[in-house]
Amino acid sequence: MLEKAIKGSKVYYGWMLALLTLIGVGFGFYLWQFNSGLGITGLSRDVSWGFYIAQFTFLVGVAASAVMLVLPYYLHDYKAFGRITILGEFLAVSSVTMCLLFIIVDLGQPTRALNVLLYPTPRSVLFWDMIVLNGYLLLNLVIGWKVLEAERNNVHYPMWLKPLIYLSIPWAVSIHTVTAFLYCGLPGRGFWLTAILAPRFLSSAFAAGPALLILLCLFVRRISKFDPGWEQIQSLAKIVTYAIILNVFFFLCEIFVVFYSQLPEHMDHFKYLFVGLQGKGSLIPFMWTSMILMVLAIILLVPSQFRQNETVLTIACIAVFIGTWIDKGIGLISGGFVPNPLHYVNEYAPSFPELMITIGVYATGFFILSVLFKIAVTIKEELYA
Amino acid sequence: MKSSRRNFLKIAGITALGVGARPAIDTIAAVGGRGPTEPEPILKQNEKALTAKQWAMVVDTRKIKSEKDVAPLYEACHKIHNVPDMPIKRHEIKWIWPEQFHHAFPDLHSEFLSEKIHHTTFPVLCNHCENPPCVRVCPTKATFKRESDGVVVMDYHRCIGCRFCLAACPYGARSFNFFDPREHIKEINLKFARRTKGVVEKCNFCVERLAEGIEPACVEASKGILTFGDLYDPESEVRKLIAENFTIRRKIHLGTSPAVYYIV
Ligand code: SF4
Ligand code: SF4
Ligand code: SF4
Repeated sequence: MLEKAIKGSKVYYGWMLALLTLIGVGFGFYLWQFNSGLGITGLSRDVSWGFYIAQFTFLVGVAASAVMLVLPYYLHDYKAFGRITILGEFLAVSSVTMCLLFIIVDLGQPTRALNVLLYPTPRSVLFWDMIVLNGYLLLNLVIGWKVLEAERNNVHYPMWLKPLIYLSIPWAVSIHTVTAFLYCGLPGRGFWLTAILAPRFLSSAFAAGPALLILLCLFVRRISKFDPGWEQIQSLAKIVTYAIILNVFFFLCEIFVVFYSQLPEHMDHFKYLFVGLQGKGSLIPFMWTSMILMVLAIILLVPSQFRQNETVLTIACIAVFIGTWIDKGIGLISGGFVPNPLHYVNEYAPSFPELMITIGVYATGFFILSVLFKIAVTIKEELYA
Repeated sequence: MKSSRRNFLKIAGITALGVGARPAIDTIAAVGGRGPTEPEPILKQNEKALTAKQWAMVVDTRKIKSEKDVAPLYEACHKIHNVPDMPIKRHEIKWIWPEQFHHAFPDLHSEFLSEKIHHTTFPVLCNHCENPPCVRVCPTKATFKRESDGVVVMDYHRCIGCRFCLAACPYGARSFNFFDPREHIKEINLKFARRTKGVVEKCNFCVERLAEGIEPACVEASKGILTFGDLYDPESEVRKLIAENFTIRRKIHLGTSPAVYYIV
């Protein structure tokens, strides 16, 4: 099937070439970081995780959201999603790949990464995260590939695949739960130390992932002869609607607990993010933008006549995606580290090389996504067009 | 290798290093290059080595009159442990350093505080917690708590630089090597390991000195401000000080049970 990815239009080649260039540039900057150390990033003693780990966290969510297609189709027999589950699975594959790359580029000693396997330490959440992420990657790759292959040959997929498909459902939930546990089990970090963190992660993931999928479906509809289907897109839109409402609700629950209890250790981080602390607050505009976008998205998604309008839906999905991305990709990590445990407010901003490496990783993910989607769409075109 | 490197470190950490750097190298050679018929080398603990169930430290802050009284502690530790002087503040490496009360004890801070406490600087360092979160989160056991004496130590050769332990330590006691530290060491001490870029480091309660039977460098340099001893020995100096004075520890509500006590 891989040959389908090689033949394409000029635009396709141009796009792939552009991605390859970005990958190359990102890799160049990574070599610099590899040789001189993580000092070329904006990270510090106080904010010791930054942009890389934030992107990793966000993308785990995008990956997990494939379950929102798989679950209705396989568990509730919602046939319509059968057309597009493959797109969700392939999105998951490319997202998890980016997650793993972001972890690698964040390591101080990447050549020792295998120590996690050589000295397995089950009490460390990172150990479990590594297992669930790699497992999820494998599951989606195998399931996606086999189902697509069977579809192309007009046969039913092999029966041994069924248990794997069922397994992939709780597995998807686990990847984001375990990722939340990385943060919410740390005693001294009031911002993350809350049981709502995992549910918040899941709700924002189930909003951001399907929103991206809708955008991808609309895009596929426009550029290819394969139509993922308006009904499918509308069902996804309902999922996005409920998920983003839940996400905002969970956030408000957290805000209530933190500010009604007035516990400084929990409050100070929110203050830093939304109004500034000790005169510092570089993230204030971002955080408010995120909030406004999420509320705007709710307004645009709840009334069905809005949601059914393609333009409005597109705008709403972009708002959901950017809003949740800022929340997790910018606020979540910095917010947890500022103020630091000794109550100093030392801020963080990513450096230029750090951004270039990040773009390089995203480009790699999009390259993989493009290859996989190209294959899937070409096969679907042959089947449905 | 039959005896893993970890076991080697455990034993050698308290023995070979105690006799100096040279024999340590010989021991490595012996473990690595042993023929099939040769017997396993026997690693013995230095007879003079200091031992304890849980090492602890008491800081008598009443004796700190000015910054000058405590400056030698930082100097002594950083010098013998090859702690670099990084040019950029955010990359700073520190094993023991001064903090004001409201930074050292943010949860105990109040607006109205005794003038004396307000002006005292408190030496802070790794607390060698009895229930250390940094050890819990480390995915490679590069940070571990020695069963023999409760010291939380690091294996710089195993650390992957994931910095999970920096997120987990509620005391900011850990530093990460953002750049190669070796270019920034003022005076190299060849008897102690230097670190590479990309690994974490922190105070090790001077395990290399305990193995030789001497007290930690900061304690030695402190002229009685710091006292070191076994927390579970009722006769130890630290226990006597804790019994006779009111002491506080940093952020005990987190359940980490720090082994550094402060008399205020
Ligand atoms: S003070 Fe921090 S680094 Fe030291 S043992 Fe406790 S948690 Fe670990
Ligand atoms: S940075 Fe090193 S010591 Fe810290 S948790 Fe990671 S592997 Fe363990
Ligand atoms: S105990 Fe040793 S390593 Fe720790 S601060 Fe004192 S001198 Fe430094």
